Amino acid sequence: MNTIKCSTCGHQNKEGTTICEKCGKPLDNDQQGTLLNMRYDGSSIRSKTKNRSIVDKIWNFFSSVKVGVTLIAIALVASALGTIYPQEMYIPQNVDPALHYRDQYGLSGQIYYQLGFHNLYNSWWYMVLIALIGISIFIVSIDRGVPLYKALKNQAIKRHPNFLKRQKLFGEYTAYQTEDKTRFINNLKKHRYKITEKDGHILAEKGRFSRWGPYVNHLGLIIFLLGTLFRFIPFMYVDDFVWVREGETAVIPSTSQQYYIKNEEFIFETYGNDDEDAIFEEALQNTSGPVPKHFETNAIIYEDVSKDVIGSEPELKEVKSGEIIVNEPLKINGLALYQDSYQLNEFQTMSFKLHETDDEAEEAIVEFTVDLTDPESEYVFDNGYRIELNRFYPEYELNNGEPRSVSNYPRNPGFVFFVYGPDIEEREASFLAIGQNIPSGDNQYKLSLTDFGVRDVSGLKVRKDLTLPIIGLGAFIFMIGVVQGMYWQHRRIWIHQATDRMYIACHTNKNWYGLTKEFEKLIDGTSFTMVRDQEKKNDV
Amino acid sequence: MDLLTLSGGLLYTAFVIYLIAVIFFAATIRDKQHEKKFTLMNKLAIGTTILGFIAQVGYFFTRWMASGHAPVSNMFEFVTFFGMMLVLAFIILYFIYRIELLGLFALPVALLIIGYASMYPKEISPLVPSLKSHWLYIHVTTVALGEAILAVSFVAGIIYLIRQINQSRTTAKTTWLEIIMYSICATLGFVIITTIFSSMDYKATFSYVIDEEEMTLDYQLPALFGPENGELTSEGKMEAVFTAPGWLHGAEAPRKLNTLVWSLTVGLLLYLIARVILRKRVAAAIQPLLKKANPELLDEVCYRAVAIGFPVFTLGGLIFAAIWAQEAWNRYWGWDPKEVWALVTFFFYAIFLHLRLSRGWHGEKSAWLAVIGFAIIMFNLIVVNLVLAGLHSYA
Repeated sequence: MNTIKCSTCGHQNKEGTTICEKCGKPLDNDQQGTLLNMRYDGSSIRSKTKNRSIVDKIWNFFSSVKVGVTLIAIALVASALGTIYPQEMYIPQNVDPALHYRDQYGLSGQIYYQLGFHNLYNSWWYMVLIALIGISIFIVSIDRGVPLYKALKNQAIKRHPNFLKRQKLFGEYTAYQTEDKTRFINNLKKHRYKITEKDGHILAEKGRFSRWGPYVNHLGLIIFLLGTLFRFIPFMYVDDFVWVREGETAVIPSTSQQYYIKNEEFIFETYGNDDEDAIFEEALQNTSGPVPKHFETNAIIYEDVSKDVIGSEPELKEVKSGEIIVNEPLKINGLALYQDSYQLNEFQTMSFKLHETDDEAEEAIVEFTVDLTDPESEYVFDNGYRIELNRFYPEYELNNGEPRSVSNYPRNPGFVFFVYGPDIEEREASFLAIGQNIPSGDNQYKLSLTDFGVRDVSGLKVRKDLTLPIIGLGAFIFMIGVVQGMYWQHRRIWIHQATDRMYIACHTNKNWYGLTKEFEKLIDGTSFTMVRDQEKKNDV
Repeated sequence: MDLLTLSGGLLYTAFVIYLIAVIFFAATIRDKQHEKKFTLMNKLAIGTTILGFIAQVGYFFTRWMASGHAPVSNMFEFVTFFGMMLVLAFIILYFIYRIELLGLFALPVALLIIGYASMYPKEISPLVPSLKSHWLYIHVTTVALGEAILAVSFVAGIIYLIRQINQSRTTAKTTWLEIIMYSICATLGFVIITTIFSSMDYKATFSYVIDEEEMTLDYQLPALFGPENGELTSEGKMEAVFTAPGWLHGAEAPRKLNTLVWSLTVGLLLYLIARVILRKRVAAAIQPLLKKANPELLDEVCYRAVAIGFPVFTLGGLIFAAIWAQEAWNRYWGWDPKEVWALVTFFFYAIFLHLRLSRGWHGEKSAWLAVIGFAIIMFNLIVVNLVLAGLHSYA
């Protein structure tokens, strides 16, 4: 490796060093008169000195602040683009996205969909972009952080006069008393400066830790980004959903049939039914429909304690019970159950009666009840009548004239019944749904709906996220780093003691205003005048 | 007197006191005394500001007591709170830097924000279950404080730009500065026109059919843009002049467009009147008043506000937000438009800080960035809530 020899003290400095590591003499003799560049304390930065191999070139690319800022700017624009239209996860579940974007937003919606912007944040290129930012953060931190750390750790106390003269805040003093210097040093101590002295030369320093702020917050970001990657490891992350009907016990998904949940009761309240809601009256009048106030599921969690025999009946033991409320999930064995959604008054049973079509009193010949979650296929009666449930559509709709079921949930049941009886030749068919009762022909008998039972269904999210501690740690470290770097400054004051005079120079990595104010207090009670701001002379 | 009336009265009081404080701050400019002296006028100005702030804090807590939840849950409450935090941020920075000019600009911005807020429905609204959490207070208040501190950097930036930009001839910079002046006029226009018509109790109802469903839409301003195939059902009110274009989606899009056009028009009128009276660019007219200001100090304030505001915003807008989202919606991040724009804000100020600290973007460049940053915050507050509607749209 090439080195630069300091002309004053003879120290061999690494190539790229701009301020001698030992005596602090500026090594750029040709730039007399200009202020010193104090970034990284003049130490040698890898990306600024090596540019030979392909590794160097990649390293230099990622360690450039310009590249880093450009990457963030691209991510900014891309993120904003994704909010023009709703993302795929926010459009209705039961529609074809291709059609939805075209129908709702026209041509621009279609282009949006074609470009894949409807799922922008999960696209490969967005992830690559974030990964590039992560790489950039990592490399730039090593490139700058390590030399800066070394330079500050080994900094010389005595600095060359040229070093002081080329600082932004500089003062030269000839007529002063020893007491002035002592007083000044005492003031420095009072302002919590750490003083080191060598042969009358002084380095006063405080807040060096704030220099590590950027590296600490970058570390936090890297931990955070790694944490989000862990989500792709299967056991770290579970995202599932279960509907549980009142009174029903359902297996909790993603637990390998180990846990079951029973919905004891689902409670749903809206605003306006209580005296204490009186203050909301005006607001409630201005909204259409009731505003939900509270909903919760009273649940019991069971564990299957049967020995692992395949096909054996589960043996349920209660392990926990309690309410699942929005903002208050129920946790079991690292798994959390969140109150997510609900379905009120879902049909549970429907009761029918059979009577003669032209009987105005509709006197029942037979009566039966269909359990909609588990309908029987045939209802046989002692008086010789038999009713067959030929077709059952839990959520019925007509699709091009053909009946079909949208889902398996009995939200809008439709039935095709066949009626057999002693005085019926073959069979009589009829179709029943809410508001519909269509006979297949000139039927002698008619089926009528007499009653129905309803219950609520609770929708629960099943979540496990072991990446949370990692992500939380990353965010915490990031915040510490940002505060450390932003709310404190690294201030240094050098005193160079020459035979007939004294030089004072000040440096801070930020907030020069604060340092100037502080210096005014530091020279309090001394004969020293204010240091000059050497940057300002160009303006005047 | 019940708490809600008291609360409303306190907010009104705060508004008036802030107005008086602005006059005091204006008087400090005329002060011939040396810049560094803390004169009686200075004490009066900051004292009045603090008094106004106390009155507004009174509004906040009486409303809290009346409703049973912290008043940060709808557009009126949040924007008012944002205005209050802006005053707080100004008070803090005033005691660090002692710049009266900052007050002369920050307080009118705060007044405009509070005025804007009071155009939204002011009744107390009930909380839906997902908002019932202590995180509502923690998250929303921290976000508002962070954004308010960032807004101070905009105020310092705009003073810097008006003082420093060469007004001797028309350039892209002077044009942009005038666009900013015009946006302020348009906001004022919105407040004025809405106040006028709401004091007249103006209400025009249109009925229209969408997806074979009969809908109605109430206008509080005379309809320049009516809904497609809309029919005026209120008597004696103005018929719609134009029809809102069909590609505007959303239930209330025609009304929002109508309000926007009204605000822009009244704003243009205000701006033109100012130009006619001043006979020069608005910024050029303000410039001589800012002679005494120290541009380096303004630049320092502009940066310092970002340095203080950025961590506060990150904590409230991203970290607390994520913790609550995990509790309420069982995912810490869901790419909801509001969340995305908080991330955009974060990215933007990260760029601001990198450019300033590593690439030496000081002075004018950094002041322009502060202005853009504020535009992003306002976009997130207004456009995202009213147009991009997601989980966070309260109004």
